[in-house]
Amino acid sequence: MRKWTRVWVLACLVVGILTGAAMAQEIVVGLNVELTGSIPVVGQSSRNGAQLAVDQVNAAGGLEVGGRRYTVRLVVEDNEDDAASAVAATTKLITQNQVVAVIGPNASRNAIPAAQIAENWRTPLISPWSTNPTTTAGKRYVFRAAFIDDFQGEVVAAFARNNLGAQTAAVLFDIASEYNKGIAEIFRSSFEALGGRVVAWETYTTGDRDFSSQLTNIRAANPDVLFLPNYYSEVPLQVQQARRLGIGARILGSDSWGSAELLTLGGADMEGLFFTTHYAPDIATPVAREFISAYEARYGNTPDDVAALTYDSMQLLFQALQKAGRVDREAVRNALASITDFEGVTGSMRFEGTGDPVKSAVIIQIRDGKFTYYDSVAP
Amino acid sequence: MEFWLQQTLNALQLGSIYALIALGYTMVYGILRLINFAHGDIFMVGAFVGLAGALWLGLPMVPTLLFTMACTALLGVTIERLAYKPLRNAPRVSAVITALGIGIFLEHFVLGTVGAEPRAFPALIAGGRFDLPGGLTVNSVQILIIGVSVVLMLGLDWFIRGTLTGMAMRAISWDRSVVPLMGINVDRIISLTFAIGSALAAAGGVLFGQAYPIIDPYMGILIGWKAFIAAVVGGIGNIRGAMLGGYILGMTEIYVAAVLPSTYRDFVAFTLLLLLLVFRPTGILGRVQAQKV
Repeated sequence: MRKWTRVWVLACLVVGILTGAAMAQEIVVGLNVELTGSIPVVGQSSRNGAQLAVDQVNAAGGLEVGGRRYTVRLVVEDNEDDAASAVAATTKLITQNQVVAVIGPNASRNAIPAAQIAENWRTPLISPWSTNPTTTAGKRYVFRAAFIDDFQGEVVAAFARNNLGAQTAAVLFDIASEYNKGIAEIFRSSFEALGGRVVAWETYTTGDRDFSSQLTNIRAANPDVLFLPNYYSEVPLQVQQARRLGIGARILGSDSWGSAELLTLGGADMEGLFFTTHYAPDIATPVAREFISAYEARYGNTPDDVAALTYDSMQLLFQALQKAGRVDREAVRNALASITDFEGVTGSMRFEGTGDPVKSAVIIQIRDGKFTYYDSVAP
Repeated sequence: MEFWLQQTLNALQLGSIYALIALGYTMVYGILRLINFAHGDIFMVGAFVGLAGALWLGLPMVPTLLFTMACTALLGVTIERLAYKPLRNAPRVSAVITALGIGIFLEHFVLGTVGAEPRAFPALIAGGRFDLPGGLTVNSVQILIIGVSVVLMLGLDWFIRGTLTGMAMRAISWDRSVVPLMGINVDRIISLTFAIGSALAAAGGVLFGQAYPIIDPYMGILIGWKAFIAAVVGGIGNIRGAMLGGYILGMTEIYVAAVLPSTYRDFVAFTLLLLLLVFRPTGILGRVQAQKV
C-alpha cells in the first residue's frame, strides 16, 4: 500500500515537473472563430490565417520573449456563429486553457459579447474582422485589426484631395442607413479639414431607384469628385444616372462596393472608379506578397480579407509579446495599446489610446471588369 | 431656368412610369370598385418577363415590349378568372384581401423561381446623350420612356372614348347591373380591363428596367403604393385622372427633392397630396358618386 502511494506521488511529481517545464516554453493563444453556423467560410479563413502565422513562427524556432524562446500553441474554439457560444468559448479559453490572449470572434454580433468577457477577465482580445464601434468602445483590453466603417471617410477624403487633387466634392448617400451616413459625415469634415469644399450634400432613402433630382442638383454644383458611400445594389443605378445626366466627375466609394455583384449589375459604367477596402488579393506591398504566396502554397486558394486580418492580428500579438518582454496578459495589453509601427498585410497600423487601429486603407480601382489594387492610403 | 427644365424632364420620366401603373388601378376600380393591390406586383412580374424576353429570347426593344405586354395581360386575366371572379358577389373586403394575397404570392413566386438577388436589366436601346443648347441634357432612355408612355396613353384614351368596347367599359363603370340588359358580355369586358391594365403595367416594368436597370422581386411594393396614390389623387376610376395623378406625383417628388433635403421628399410630397385630397376628396378629375343606403 505504502509502496503504491510512493509511486503515485513520484509520478505526480514527474508529470508536474514535465508539464511545468513544457508550459514554461509554450505560449498559448486562443482562437475563437465561426467554424460552423451561417458564415463558416469566415471561420475557415480565419483559422487558416492564424495557423499559418503560428506555424511560421514555430518553424523559425519559436517566438523570443524576454530572452527566452517559446513555441506558440493555438487553441481553436468554434463559436458556431452564436453570441452565447462565443461567450462560452471565450470564457473557456481564458479560464481553462489559460491563454495569454484571444483572437476573434470575427462577426460583430459575436465579438461584442465576447469582448465584454475578455474585458472582465482582463485578457487581451483582438477581433480581426469586426467593424462595429461597440466592440472596442470603452474597453481597455479589446482591440481590432480592421478599421471601423466611418474611418473610410477620412481615407477617401485624403485620397480625393491628395491623390486626385480634387478641390470640390459632392456626396450622395442613403440617410436611412447608419453605415452610409457615418462615412459621409466623416468624409465631409475630413475633406474640408484638408482644404477642399463639399459643394453638394444630397441624400436619399433605402430602396429609392430614381436619383435624378439629387443628381441634377449635383450637376449644377459641378464637383471634381462624387462620393457614393452606398451599397453595391444601388451604386450602379446612381453611377448610370449620373453619367446619363452628363456628370463627368470621378466617382468614389467605400467597402460596401466590394461585391462581385457590383460588376454584374453595373457593367461598363463602373470602369475606372475607385473605392476603399481593407484588403485586396493583389496587394503589392512586400509583406502582403509574402503572406499571399505562403497562404496559396499551403491552402491552394487566394486568401480573403478575414485570413489577412487574422494573420495581422496574430502578428500584432507576437509584436506585443516581444515588446512586453514577458508572457503576461497585462503587459501584453499595454504593449498592444502602445504599438506605433506595425507593418501588416492589410497595411500599416498604430494604436492611439483606443482599441481601434489608425491604419492605411487599400484603394481599389475597377479595371477591365475586375477589382484591381491601386494604392494604399494612410489618413 | 435650365435647372428647372432639367428637373421637369426628370419628373416626366418618373411620372410616366407612375402613370402607366396608376392606369391599371383606376381601370379595375372603375369597373369592379376593387382596389387591386396585386397590381404593383404585376408590374414587377412584367419587369421580370421583360428580362426573360430580353435575355433568353434575345429580343430587341419593341418585340420585348410587345411580348411582355402579351404575357402579362394573360397573367392579369388568369388572376381575374381564378381569384376575383368567384368573389364577384362576395363582400368587397374579401376581394381586397384576395388581392393582397395574390400580390404576396407573385412576390414569392418570383423569389422562389428567380431568386432574391437583384438582377441587371440589359439595355435594349443605344445609350445616347444629347446636350441641348442652354445646358439641358436629354438621353435616349428618357425619350423612349416619355415617348412610349404617351403613345400608350393616347391609344388607351382613344380606345376608351372612341370604340364600342370602350363605351361598354364606361357603361359598366356607371352602372354594372344595367349593362347586361344591353346585350353586353360583362365578364368579357372585365377580363379585357384586366388585360389592358396588366399590359400597361408590364410596359411600365420594361421601361422601368431601361431607366433603373436593377430589378428585384420586391420592387413592385413601393412603386405600386405610389401609383395607387397617384390614381387616387387624379380621381380613382378616371382614366385621364390616373395619367394626370402619375405626372403630378412625379413632379412633386422631383421638385421637393430639388429644393429640400431629399429626406423630406416623401414627407412633403405626401403632405401636399393629402392636402389636395382634403379640398378635393374625389381627386382632381374624380366625380362624386351618389350611393343608395
